[in-house]
Amino acid sequence: GREYAFAAAPAAANAYSLPDLPYAFEALEPYIDAPTMKIHHDKHHATYVGNINKATEGKDEVPILDLMADALEATPVRNSGGGHYNHAFFWEELAPHDKAKNTKPSADLEAMINKSFGSFDEMKAKFETQAAPGAVFGSGWVWLAVNTAGDELKIVGTPNQDNPLMKGVCDEILLPILGLDVWEHAYYLKYQNRRPEYVSNWWSFVNWDK
Amino acid sequence: MSSSGKLIIDSALRAAAHVRSSRLPKDVSKVAAAMLSSAPSGGAHTLPDLSYDYNAIEPVVSAETMTIHHTKHHNTYVTNLNASLEKLDAAVSAGDVSAIIGLEGALKFNGGGHLNHTLFWENLCPKGSSESELKDGGVLKSAIEEAYGDVDTMKKELSAMSVAVQGSGWGWLGYNTKTGKIECATRPNQDPLEATTGLVPLLGIDVWEHAYYVDYRNVRPDYVGAIWDVINWDTVEKRLIAAKK
Repeated sequence: GREYAFAAAPAAANAYSLPDLPYAFEALEPYIDAPTMKIHHDKHHATYVGNINKATEGKDEVPILDLMADALEATPVRNSGGGHYNHAFFWEELAPHDKAKNTKPSADLEAMINKSFGSFDEMKAKFETQAAPGAVFGSGWVWLAVNTAGDELKIVGTPNQDNPLMKGVCDEILLPILGLDVWEHAYYLKYQNRRPEYVSNWWSFVNWDK
Repeated sequence: MSSSGKLIIDSALRAAAHVRSSRLPKDVSKVAAAMLSSAPSGGAHTLPDLSYDYNAIEPVVSAETMTIHHTKHHNTYVTNLNASLEKLDAAVSAGDVSAIIGLEGALKFNGGGHLNHTLFWENLCPKGSSESELKDGGVLKSAIEEAYGDVDTMKKELSAMSVAVQGSGWGWLGYNTKTGKIECATRPNQDPLEATTGLVPLLGIDVWEHAYYVDYRNVRPDYVGAIWDVINWDTVEKRLIAAKK
């Protein structure tokens, strides 16, 4: 289906909250080490949550998803709101290997992948190319996303904490299906500069059921 | 000129071309290389050696970080710069304007990465060394005081700006040739300071996560605060003097 993958509901007035991980910090070993998961979640993501709360203080409560479309109009929303959304989305799409290996794309998704890229392997290859260090010139994310018409999948790279939901970031608004954090903090403790290894290992931990 | 004169000049140029760092005036090594090489872009770049051991700036930055930062990250920029320049040479020779323009991003990223890191290694030195003290009565201290009142104010400003960089980038102390004053600036990703702003780079602080993650994890403010102890002020001053000429 063409549903939004995830939206975090605020817990209290103007309070976006840091969602708990759906698994333990060490659950994604050996793809990602426990220290990285802990710092990534408890420090990096938490900072984005704190900052988006500061930036939206006194304003009407909206789900984080709804802030995305116009995020480019306000730098704090772009950076911290984007950061919160992206990471919340990311934790949900990952699963321990035992679980992930038994998941696969739905028939609809698989059909769209084949239609948009030729084959699953071609989609993976294109994704890995976009995730290579020279493709996004610094910090950013790589996305597999669907257009709003729901008939085509695209792979895009976005800088810093931008995402394809934000008007003006990509040629058109796209709805993320899958996203990969390629900021160095996402992989440095375990992989240092070996980003391609981080990327190729990631496929084994994607929860396609989501 | 005589053939023996040309031979002497050629060998001098070859020697000059192999020194690829800002210790040699930029113009000489680039022009020399271009004259020697048939490639329009001037030939291959190499990873410069550090003038100190990998553990030299501990405890501010660990030997582990310095090793990976120099031998992997900087080295990759050099390799990819050379690859981009080869493509550029081919495009220039073919007169393919579109291909030339298409290389813009790769050149800025990898060329900037090489330039920035070369400058960075040279503005670092061991803690407690004489180069790590900003000398009284020198051109640099006066320039900082003229622009910021005192050195601590400048450090606070550059620290805050560097910490605030979103994602990857650099903090710079630079010289503005139009105003004759020094100023602080930041650049995203590997955008080189002079080419993209006109400011002459005096002091660079790498705030890409790879520069500090092993030692400081996400706490960039601690890294930026600590790096002031290992800044090679002598180098920074030499750059300012050269820029003012």
